Amino acid sequence: MCEVMKMKANFKINGKNFEFEFPPHAKLLDVLRENGFTEVKCGCREGFCGACSVLLDGKLVNSCMIYAASAKDREITTVKKIGTLHEPHPIQEAFVEAGAVQCGYCTPGMVLATYTLLERNPNPTDEEIKEALDGNFCRCTGYVKIIDAVKLAAEKVKEND
Amino acid sequence: MTNYINVGKNKEKVDALALATGEPLFTDDFFLKDPLHIAFLYSPHAHARIKSIDTSEAESTPGVALVLTYKNTPRVLYTSAGQSYPELSPYDMYMFDEKVRFVGDRVALVAAETLEIAKEAVKKIKVEYEVLPALFDIEKAEKDGAPVLHDGDEHTLISSAIYKPEKNLVARISFIYGDSKKGFEESDLVEEATYYTHNASHCALETHAVKATFDQYGRLVLITSTQVPFHTRRIVSSVLGIPISKIRVIKPRIGGGFGSKQEVLFEPYVALVAWRTKRPAQVVTSREEYFISGRTRHAMRSKIKIGAKKDGTIVAMEIDDLMNAGAYGPHGPTVLSNTGAKVLPLFNKINNVSFFADCVYTNLPVGGAYRGYGATQGFFGLNQHIDHITRLLGIDMANFVKKWHIKSGETSEVFKVIGEGKTGHEQFVTSCKLSECIDAAAQVIGWKEKRNAKRREGDKFYGVGMAVATQGSGIPLVDMGGAHMKMNEDGSFNLHVGATDIGTGSDTVLAQIAAEALRVPFEKIIVYSSDTDMTPYDVGAYASSTTYVSGNAVKKCAEKVASQILDVASEMFECPKEELSLGLEKVIHEKSGRMLSFKDIAYYAFYTKNQFQIEDSASFVSPVSPFPFCATFAEVEVDVKTGIVKPLKVVTAMDCGVAVNPKLAEGQVEGAVLNSISFSLCEEYLFDESGKVKNASFWDYKAYKTTDLPDIVTILVPSFEDFGPYGAKSVGEVAINTPGPAIANAIYDAVGVRMYNLPITPERLLKALKEKDIS
Repeated sequence: MCEVMKMKANFKINGKNFEFEFPPHAKLLDVLRENGFTEVKCGCREGFCGACSVLLDGKLVNSCMIYAASAKDREITTVKKIGTLHEPHPIQEAFVEAGAVQCGYCTPGMVLATYTLLERNPNPTDEEIKEALDGNFCRCTGYVKIIDAVKLAAEKVKEND
Repeated sequence: MTNYINVGKNKEKVDALALATGEPLFTDDFFLKDPLHIAFLYSPHAHARIKSIDTSEAESTPGVALVLTYKNTPRVLYTSAGQSYPELSPYDMYMFDEKVRFVGDRVALVAAETLEIAKEAVKKIKVEYEVLPALFDIEKAEKDGAPVLHDGDEHTLISSAIYKPEKNLVARISFIYGDSKKGFEESDLVEEATYYTHNASHCALETHAVKATFDQYGRLVLITSTQVPFHTRRIVSSVLGIPISKIRVIKPRIGGGFGSKQEVLFEPYVALVAWRTKRPAQVVTSREEYFISGRTRHAMRSKIKIGAKKDGTIVAMEIDDLMNAGAYGPHGPTVLSNTGAKVLPLFNKINNVSFFADCVYTNLPVGGAYRGYGATQGFFGLNQHIDHITRLLGIDMANFVKKWHIKSGETSEVFKVIGEGKTGHEQFVTSCKLSECIDAAAQVIGWKEKRNAKRREGDKFYGVGMAVATQGSGIPLVDMGGAHMKMNEDGSFNLHVGATDIGTGSDTVLAQIAAEALRVPFEKIIVYSSDTDMTPYDVGAYASSTTYVSGNAVKKCAEKVASQILDVASEMFECPKEELSLGLEKVIHEKSGRMLSFKDIAYYAFYTKNQFQIEDSASFVSPVSPFPFCATFAEVEVDVKTGIVKPLKVVTAMDCGVAVNPKLAEGQVEGAVLNSISFSLCEEYLFDESGKVKNASFWDYKAYKTTDLPDIVTILVPSFEDFGPYGAKSVGEVAINTPGPAIANAIYDAVGVRMYNLPITPERLLKALKEKDIS
């Protein structure tokens, strides 16, 4: 078998340190998924759909467009850091309550996009919500309930503060 | 209707929180131990014969386990259409053939230790092609001398639709009632026009993925992103010759389908690799692969001729449809028949109708199931033509449709002459609130004030348009759903259904129906769906069948379980069963006021006397297919300088019977509406001269995102369907049929230009405006 050259790098993912081995050309999306972070979804590998969204040092990025090597030593946040099945975040609860989850494949990315939006703008208007989510594609919902969810999430987050 | 405790309530979707927190639920989230990864070699030619294929270099590449071509795969004809047996689609494909029929057809596959190795090895396969003349134009498909795509043993299992591969004919469906020729002679006005709908990609966010492994008995286990797990098991079995008993198909969570996964696209390949190598194997396809070699909405030309009296009576109608199957015929006959069967009954008072439809092969990507399934294609032209006719007659379209559409208690000649791909049978509409839908949506859009108002601000013209549609609820006497339930000690119930939740929320809706029948809180139902080993059979998620067909099976099953609960209670109370009734999680003896909790009953049945498991199963097949109805009213802004159409507001009023879960029902409408808008204004396959898809990526195909959104309004109109479970009928597909034509009609209202071709891109509209000298 042809041996592909591999490199090693450290990442801080959801607050924990990891060392992964991967080929130099590997994308962050694949390195994350191969190491069990399957909450990061793959929808297009072209930076269109946002299913693979993660936060890189707090900034929302498409992990399919980033070389894993370039995320070396940096802090990566997936949707699981935002909240889990047993300890969900108000944003995730809002998505459930608003009926914004149909197939759910876009939802982790949508939740992260909402998280960064509400962090910088706790009271977004409809237009601001649409702009903030424009990097995230959803075929199921027509976005109507997703926008409802973001508004509901904004209320919930404020209540929690 | 008022005392429902679960039906009609916005219960939270059972899987929503797990999905929102990123739990590993999709096919590619399941990790196999050391699987083989599969990559395909796709044809670069639209039509060619393989003269020679040399796989030796690929096979000797380190890390390659298996290379498959037509030479070492079963020579078994089948259809990839996931339909009930015998499928109505022609058996016209092999896993691999000596001939390729479109750019993107499969030539070979490589299974290797890594995907990278598999992809590299694919490049080492040497193929010599004899390039054949290609057929791209549907109008030329049946002409003498046209290239013939299928010249072997291709055939159909049932011969109700005409199949003539030597003429590139996938299906011909025609019927006549009355005398349309005479009808046109008696008409004051006869108008004919031709409308075109185009190919479209489903854009399910999760691409197709299949994983194959083995259970402790050495049986093949397929985890797959499918809408049709049971059809998948049957088709894999018949293509590969592996007994059904040796195959288990598991449907995990699915990242959207819209018809794309009603197709057994990859399962036979992954199964064969695993079966041959006795190793786990997997395929996870790319977006580009799906655009190039997956399935698309059938493009169609629809010629419509209508003859009407001055008072608006339509005397005669002729429809001549020509549909593009692409290189193979999965769903061709059934989508074709739906362009008439689902469309014509809407105006059931036309006495002279002639319907003639052909579906033909071309060397282009393959048509398949797509939400709307032919009705979308049919209603696009019909709604525009009705707009056109009513304008000429000076009649308001909304009033016209209200007067002439099919009503509750009425029937249509069409039901008898045509079903889904075969002869139909008589049925009566049992619920129809289309007029109410029209009134409700018209009011929200401001129809009376805005229609024909010729509003204009600078280069921006404004207009409103409407469209109406129906669909069905499952295929009558074909679609079957099964359910099984068992009771646990605490009065909870496991519900096992073959019904296939692909993101629609059917697990939730079915749990609501079960909970309603048993008079228990929704939370007491634990749903498990779509696993061929563990759940009863169900056709799967298609034909708008799940809420109605599977829902009725669940209701029937839950009622049988409830009856058993009453039996046990009668034994415990030592009283006749007839004196007992169900209360909330309890059985009540009204005479004495005594009560037994479900928990007490379950403990008694498990542990006390005459022990048995309270459980039952039920199946349901419907003699009818209740029709959902919807009306969409749209307001648009047309910029005559740029040709850009901006939909401002799109209002859809829906008659889906009782919405079991209103929020989920609205979600179905909203998703369908935006898909239709995006399809009508923007999404398009672009082909180069060789028949290759030029824009095989999300960026270049471009479907709507949040910043493209108009104001989408959904109204669920109160309605009750007698045949439905708790009054419900379908909601999944119908709303994809109306926004497109409503927008086209609104564009006409704004600028007086009729758009016969989709999508209505700025380029197309500018050209049309220029021809009319509008600026």
